[in-house]
Amino acid sequence: MAVVFDKPHALIDVPLHYCPGCTHGIVHRLVAEVIDELGIEGKTIGIAPVGCSVMAYNYFNCDMIEAAHGRAPAVATGVKRADPENHIVFTYQGDGDLASIGMAETVHAAARNENITVIFINNAIYGMTGGQMAPTSLVGQVTQTSPYGRDPKACGYPIKVCEMLSELVGPEYLERVTVNNVKNIRAAKKAIKKAFQNQIDGKGFSLVEVVSSCPTNWGMTPKQALDWIDSDMLPYYPLGVYKDRSAEQKEAE
Amino acid sequence: MSDKILMKGNEAIAEAAIIAGCRHYFGYPITPQTEIAAYMAKKMPKIGGTFLQAESEIAAINMVYGVASAGKRVMTSSSSPGVSLKGEGLSYLAGSDLPSLIVNVQRGGPGLGGIQPSQSDYFQSTRGGGHGDYHMIVLAPASVQEMAELTVKGFELADTYRMTSMILADGTMGQMMEPVNLDLDVKPAHEKPWATTGTQMAREHNIVNSLSLVPEELEELNFKRYDRYKVIEENETMFEEYKVEDADIVLAAFGIAARVSKNAVDEARKMGIKAGLIRPITLWPFPKAPFKAAAEHAKAFISVELNMGQMIEDVILATESKCPVTLCNRAGGMIPDPKQVLNSIIEVNGGMK
Repeated sequence: MAVVFDKPHALIDVPLHYCPGCTHGIVHRLVAEVIDELGIEGKTIGIAPVGCSVMAYNYFNCDMIEAAHGRAPAVATGVKRADPENHIVFTYQGDGDLASIGMAETVHAAARNENITVIFINNAIYGMTGGQMAPTSLVGQVTQTSPYGRDPKACGYPIKVCEMLSELVGPEYLERVTVNNVKNIRAAKKAIKKAFQNQIDGKGFSLVEVVSSCPTNWGMTPKQALDWIDSDMLPYYPLGVYKDRSAEQKEAE
Repeated sequence: MSDKILMKGNEAIAEAAIIAGCRHYFGYPITPQTEIAAYMAKKMPKIGGTFLQAESEIAAINMVYGVASAGKRVMTSSSSPGVSLKGEGLSYLAGSDLPSLIVNVQRGGPGLGGIQPSQSDYFQSTRGGGHGDYHMIVLAPASVQEMAELTVKGFELADTYRMTSMILADGTMGQMMEPVNLDLDVKPAHEKPWATTGTQMAREHNIVNSLSLVPEELEELNFKRYDRYKVIEENETMFEEYKVEDADIVLAAFGIAARVSKNAVDEARKMGIKAGLIRPITLWPFPKAPFKAAAEHAKAFISVELNMGQMIEDVILATESKCPVTLCNRAGGMIPDPKQVLNSIIEVNGGMK
């Protein structure tokens, strides 16, 4: 009998620890499918962050490294430079990791056009520590550390990572996607595949921001959380390609 | 016999690292060690290596973490305030059992401190440098030749025991020029089957990780690491003894302080005072045995340090409080001269029964 649907080889067949309705599982699967399709599992090294996806090293079948909080792009830089011809390196980071404590590492890896792939999960909250305000929490968003709603007078405004990085000359490719419906999941996979293909082609720093849900810490059902992405997240974090140097160059030619 | 080259201590470290097979260096400018970065910036591109000026000390140590995970010899260097920033990475390197070489060319502190020589990071270095239960192998060169030799040794020890070696030098060692023989003995590198270099679809995936959420398992990891440390203490302790055999007064000093102390020992001997010197070369593991042995015949110990008295605690522990131990020191970037050390010896001698 023909197998029409299977788990990707790059994803280990174990139960994930993520909460019901969390979109980490979807993004893990997309990354694994892309690794399978590009046939790069044997040369891929993934860098897990600190946060909910800290144990991603138990889920991906490729070699994995667990980095200190926010330092994944620096660790990835080391792994890539150790053997640039033979290592495919990706980081998988949340918003606290990438846009707060690790912002310097993110910006400078992008500025160097480091030839790595960054998967950035933006769910506007610190999940693992129990729902604190993130650098990407929306204005007015209630969290454990913004119990009266994020007040921009006291805590400033949420950071738009793709927009900010797009001002740099360095990076090759920046795109924001989401995974709250089938159509968006297909688009997200396309972006993730491009971010890996860019690295294979030696084009440089590619970051895919995935607007994600956290039903547990948002205090919603999984369905409500996916709807909240449409109603509240996407108006502030519009989907789209923020930088694609190769495409821009092609257009200019 | 091989020719000697006149080199700065910092340059000797850089060249020795290259000789040891290190092809990846990540650094950040800070006085008085920047010559290492400058040397690497010049050399690495010519030999197919990586020199990268990181955006911070934190990034540099994590780039080291990345290369070390991939199983290659890698180093970074800094000076005191920069090494504090590396503290997080040092702890993760220890937690993940990764080999690397870190150089600290110390300057006076705390805070931004000054840029003159110091040994005030003794506590920080010999007690691990970051959070958690762990040690680094800490090597203290006292000449430019040793800057080179201990760099090679540091890489080898790091690979053998899967841990960080630190060269703990000071601004004097970094900046002074001396003739160096670079005909260094380098042993072949170890196999690293644990490294994350890609599975090639031929083995189970490797994981480099310091997270362990089950306390029983984390305890076991700590126990195992300390079993390894015991082996290092037994096999890798290094020190130099100078006229200790019949000494009444034994100085303890490392790095530049040991050179000053040697002069003071000679001067004291001329005056008829039986002085000697124990110079720890490994600060961790601390050479307890020669101190314990010397305490059997010595009447007093003097710890000569470029800080407010840090190694003195290890001297007291190693001599098991059998003799009085006093401190002869300068701090903040100052260096004791032989006369100050001699006066200290005379004073201690006069106070003896």
